[in-house]
This record gives sequence, structure tokens and C-alpha cells, in this order.
Amino acid sequence: MAMSKRQRAQYIRFAQYGVLIVVILLVAFLADWGQIRRAFFNTEIAASMFPNVITVALKNTIIYTALGFGFGLALGLVLALMKLSSVGPYRWIATVYIEFFRGVPALLVFIGIYYGVPIAFQLQFPPLTTVMLALGGVGAAYMAETIRAGIQAVPKGQVEAARSLGMSQGRAMITIVIPQAFRIILPPLTNELILLTKDSSLIYILGLFREQYELTKFGRETLSRSPSLTPILIAGLCYLIITLPLGYLSRYLEKRTGGKKVSVV
Amino acid sequence: MSDICVEITGLKKSFGPLEVLKNIDLTVNRGDVVCIIGPSGSGKSTLLRCVNVLEEPNGGKIVVNGTELTDPDVDIDRARTKIGMVFQGFNLFSHLNVLNNLMVAQRKVLRRSESEAREVALRNLDRVGLRDKVASMPAQLSGGQQQRAAIARALSMDPEVMLFDEPTSALDPELVGDVLGVMRQLADEGMTMLVVTHEMQFAREVADKVIFMDGGYIVEEGPAADVIGNPQEERTQSFLARVLDPTHHGPKDPE
Repeated sequence: MAMSKRQRAQYIRFAQYGVLIVVILLVAFLADWGQIRRAFFNTEIAASMFPNVITVALKNTIIYTALGFGFGLALGLVLALMKLSSVGPYRWIATVYIEFFRGVPALLVFIGIYYGVPIAFQLQFPPLTTVMLALGGVGAAYMAETIRAGIQAVPKGQVEAARSLGMSQGRAMITIVIPQAFRIILPPLTNELILLTKDSSLIYILGLFREQYELTKFGRETLSRSPSLTPILIAGLCYLIITLPLGYLSRYLEKRTGGKKVSVV
Repeated sequence: MSDICVEITGLKKSFGPLEVLKNIDLTVNRGDVVCIIGPSGSGKSTLLRCVNVLEEPNGGKIVVNGTELTDPDVDIDRARTKIGMVFQGFNLFSHLNVLNNLMVAQRKVLRRSESEAREVALRNLDRVGLRDKVASMPAQLSGGQQQRAAIARALSMDPEVMLFDEPTSALDPELVGDVLGVMRQLADEGMTMLVVTHEMQFAREVADKVIFMDGGYIVEEGPAADVIGNPQEERTQSFLARVLDPTHHGPKDPE
């Protein structure tokens, strides 16, 4: 049958809504809502988690993430500069580091740092330092590539202007290039922070004390004492308290830097 | 101090197999305005960028303000503070406002105090007529304003010579005059200037010496009235005919 363009568009839209409604009805009828409510929405268990889920678990997740991000950013900057270095061995070391830590599961890295560092160097870090090294060490590998791309995205003319005013290469890098590079990479860097927030769940492997629990460990711990999945739901919602605003921030920054002229040529 | 500000002898520069500058000799006297003209690809921008060693020459000698910049042991950063450079693309630091653009090198390189740097910056903004734009970000300025701010930035270092690399080529036609006006004023104040430009009228009126370059050589040099008004070399004649009277020529024959 011959359809006009408008008829066809209407027909396709109709079909799409139809499929959507069928799937929703299917799920609604097949799911056992009573069970789901009992499993995930046990208000008693949920209430028992407060206030510790906020004052301990959420707080610790934020602290661990911030420490890891801070260390990762610093190490990532060093790695990025090494990667851009004119000294060959610096480039190789940075490349090996980045490829290794990006290519290996974070969980393995955490285990390696937790058990490996004390063996290798005969020293035992306090837990917070271990968390910082583990999370930051992995984050640095991702951030290094982002920072390198940001540095290279700064127009060459900026360096030429700085050099022609008598700035040394290092001075131009610190005063002119790096500040501009960070403006450029703010949105992707915010995304790294979100990923790191979620990766902080893996540090349960470090065997923390009760007061050191972060959200995932706290949720699992509560889970083991209660016949309900409610703790997982609560923990998950707490992650969203961190990640949703960050995601919003990232998109906002992207829009802002995207609309603004970064360079003038 | 001697009367010679820039002295270039036997300058050679190649990019890979491409020879861009083939044995250039050039002298700029203190207080002189020298305009370099020529077709694109003739090496004029490269020559200018060699004067402050933004491009590393492959051969020859460059002496500016009595310092040999081609000496491998020279403190090039120090020498560059005395050589102001203005770019075609302005290259204002996009993360700093106008005042900080003018202050950052004074503070970090010359180690001037905050108040001295600010004073020098404001004085130079006055010279280019941008006093009211101190707090603006570069992106908020027109091209002509950006270029004038860039000139003020270079002047804030108290240079002994200013290099201009096609300073008006990226500007809308109605903004060219502002920038040329500032440059003419600088010339009148006695600044030594080396200007790569396509503005023939500026060259004719302001330059003490005009240099015509083609194919990596200086083809002709002399007073503006001679080189632009009465060129002797055939290549200069055909270039000027095209530039000064562009509508009366067919497309250039392939060589």
C-alpha cells in the first residue's frame, strides 16, 4: 500500500509506542510485586541502616574517592608530562604504566598493592594511604591520557606567545599550557571522577574495619545480617547522590566549554 | 650602544627537504621600520620567526641587540624579553584577562613587583587605547582589540625591537586601521620594527626600508619609494602589480 510521508511517520510512531506498552505490561504482569516489595523495600531494614549509611559509608566513599582522585590527578599529570617528554625512557615508562594499569582489572591492582607493596618494600601503609595509592594509581592511568590530550589541544600559538615573552619551556607549560589544558578537559575529568567513585567499591578487598566501610561494603555487610535486598538498594541510591550531580556538572561544563571559544586563530 | 639592532648574515632555514630561506643577509638599524613583503611561501614569516629563534636556523648568524642568538650557549629566554613579537593570530592567553595577559610575563620572567607590572600594563593599554578593557577576557574582544592588546603585551616587556608577523591579516577590513594606527604611532615614537605585511600603504608611508622576498631570497630592498614606487626587479614588479591592482590580472601562470 502506498503511504504518504506523514502517514508513514505516524505509523512508525504508533508501532514504537505499541511495542513499549506491550513490554511494560509484560513486565508488570510477570513480576511478583509482593516479593519485590518485600525484597527491596523493607522499611524496617532501611531505617536500621540510618544514619550510619550516610555518616560512615557515604562519607568514607567520598573520602576514599577524593583521596584517590587527588593522588591520581597529580600522578596522571606527571605521567602525561612524561609521555610528552623528549627523553625516551620517560615516554616508555609512562606508556608501560598507562597501558598496564588501564588493561588490568582494578580489583587485581588493589590486591597487588595491598599484598604486594608490603612484601616488596617491607613497609605497611596505613589503610587510607593504601586506598589512596590503589584508587589513585588506577585513576592516574586513565587521567594521564586525558591530560595529555588536553595539553596537546592547547593551540601552539599560546606556547609561541609565551616563549616570545621570554618564558622558558617549563614556565610556559606551568603558567600557560596546563591551566588551559585543564579547562579543556574538565568535562572528561568529571567523568573520571564518577568512574573512580564506583571503583571505590572495590576496596572492600583491603579488609577494612567497620568504621572504614564504604557504601558497597556497608551494604553487603547489612545484607548478610538481614533477609532482604533493601541494603543494596539503599547503597545504590547513595551512589546516585554522588554521581548524578557529577554527571550533571560534567554535561554542564561540556556545554559551557563547547560553546566558548577555547582558542583564537 | 651601536646603531645596528638586528644583524642577520648568511641565514639558512629548511623544513625537511624544503629550503625556505636561502642565504639571507639583513641589517636593521635602531629606530628603523623595515617592512618585509612578498608572495605567500616566500619565507618572510619564517625569516621573522628566526629573528627571535622561534624557528631554529640551519645556518648563518643572527645578532640582536648585540647578542648572538645563534650561539648555542646563549640565554635565549633572556634575549627574547627584549624582542617583542606580535602574531597574525593574536595569541592572547585565553585563560587570562587583558590585564593579566600584560602582567604575567612581567611578573614571572622580569620578576617585576605586582604594582610595577600593573602600572606598566596600564600605561601600555593606554597607548593602544584599551584602558577600559583591563578586565575583559580575550574572547570578549574584537580581533582588532585583541591584536592591540597583544601589541601592548609585547610592549610591556620594554622591548628594543618589535616583530610583527602579518598583524592585520586575520582582521576584518574595518578593524585593520585601528591596529595600523597603533603601529604607526609606535614607529613615530622611534621603536625599531620589523614588519611582515601585505599592507602596501602602511609600508609605503611608514617603512624606512622595504624588503621584497621571493623563493627564500631577498630579491630587492631599499627605501619604500623605490621598492614599491619604482621596483627594478621583474619579480617585484609582477608581485606589486597583482597586489596593488588585483582586478586587472588573469590567474597567475603555473611556473
